[in-house]
Amino acid sequence: MARMKFLCDADRCIDCNACVTACKNENEVPWGINRRRVVTINDGKPGERSVSMACMHCTDAPCAAVCPVVCIYPTEDGVVLHNKDLCIGCGYCFYACPFGAPQYPKVGNFGSRGKMDKCTYCAGGGGDEAPGSAEEFAKYGSNRFGEGKLPLCAEMCSTKSLLAGDGEIIAQIYRERVLRRGYGSGAWGWLTAYHQGIEV
Amino acid sequence: MMLLARIRLVIFAMVLLGIAASGPASAQKLGPDGAPNPTASVASERDLLKQFPRVEGRIDIPDTKAGVLIHPAGRTWDYFHEVLLRWGGAIVILGTIALLALAYMMLGRIRIAAGRSGRKILRFRDFERFSHWLTAASFVILGLTGLNITFGKILLLPVIGPDAFSGVSQAAKYVHNFTSFSFVAGLVLIAVIFFRDNLLERVDIDWLKQGGGFIKNKHAPAGRFNLGEKLVYWFSLGAGVAVSVSGFLLLFPFYGTDISDMELAQVVHAVIALLFIALILGHIYIGTLGMEGAFEAMGTGEVDLNWAKEHHDRWLAEQLANQNRQEEPSAGEVVR
Repeated sequence: MARMKFLCDADRCIDCNACVTACKNENEVPWGINRRRVVTINDGKPGERSVSMACMHCTDAPCAAVCPVVCIYPTEDGVVLHNKDLCIGCGYCFYACPFGAPQYPKVGNFGSRGKMDKCTYCAGGGGDEAPGSAEEFAKYGSNRFGEGKLPLCAEMCSTKSLLAGDGEIIAQIYRERVLRRGYGSGAWGWLTAYHQGIEV
Repeated sequence: MMLLARIRLVIFAMVLLGIAASGPASAQKLGPDGAPNPTASVASERDLLKQFPRVEGRIDIPDTKAGVLIHPAGRTWDYFHEVLLRWGGAIVILGTIALLALAYMMLGRIRIAAGRSGRKILRFRDFERFSHWLTAASFVILGLTGLNITFGKILLLPVIGPDAFSGVSQAAKYVHNFTSFSFVAGLVLIAVIFFRDNLLERVDIDWLKQGGGFIKNKHAPAGRFNLGEKLVYWFSLGAGVAVSVSGFLLLFPFYGTDISDMELAQVVHAVIALLFIALILGHIYIGTLGMEGAFEAMGTGEVDLNWAKEHHDRWLAEQLANQNRQEEPSAGEVVR
């Protein structure tokens, strides 16, 4: 079984934020929720790099471990899904997440965050809703994965900076790119998310 | 908050200095094909994480906390919450219960040696008892709903199933958040009304030397509160302030705090709360099972005269002296 991962080749990212827009549009997420975002390191300085970041669907996902109601779990493809019917909005997944991925529809004072929302790898929800159903879409967004498609953010990335797919295949694509062009600033977040970098 | 802001300013200055120092030196390096290497001046993730606890950058959205790109300490916090806190908490709470059970088996219930006199004396006024029970009831509710977050999924989830457990936990979360206010109110009342009687005195040393009332043939002298009670007061006050401050930081997430502050607040809140629970377990034991005649002080407010004589002799002497002084002038008036 494939192990699904994200990889952002920061040397190709042009900070166009199209992945953010595509994610919002495809999943029709409410205002204030950003499943994906682009962070610019060293903005305006030599060596500036932008990295598109969302849930990395970690190995040994810390959000799943700390969830007090065990509503977050990895699928057999390594995609980390969650069940909004069980979520109590405690915010612990955000504290544990190394990538700031979990989002909440409300501000969160007095514990009123609402149900957590995050990138589902466009694989629908982790609840009881039928895959591809309207109920599933309303709660979790698109289920492209069930149709054999990859997340839209990566699929429509104009510079093919953001890669999604089987971890070994996208790591190989990145390795070949680095060898051909002679440089690469690394697979941002991989060490923290998957306990392994990509050696070239 | 001021300190945090200052620390952040220092870190920011260090970042700027670091960029200024590393920029020009590496910018001129050339790549393998002789062209300028576009990554020569790029700080790698590994270097950034060696220098700073997390990788941060600029973000286009108003949500400033989203500017944190990689925060490996999240995994450390996960380890704290799932391993250290769970094992530590279990050991502290079960260990305290075991110690108390051992104490009960060795010492038994500490009886009123002279038996009950039948005469009662007021030890805690209504308002004092109200303050105590307001805090106590809040504490029990906060303790149980708090423990549910750490231990519920191991103890309660398998029993009642995920749907019911989720409902219970959601309700427990809100109960926990709002009971905090009555707890703080009770804590403030207790802190104020019992403050003077809990200041340390010379007699507390004698109390300690005489074995704190746990040695049967020795009398341990004490005022209104003995050293044990004073320690419960001061530790509760310290722990109460710590859990309240950290708790309110958690109640208003990311107001002047960043992700590391939030994690730290949770760690402080959880660790102090568990130690607080252990302390209060001991307090409950000695106030109920451990000592005859102790519970009625907070129950009805009145204690037996012989109990007071054995545990709070100086306080009793003061009370009796006060009573006599109040009676004497009125007697004098009658004579006149």
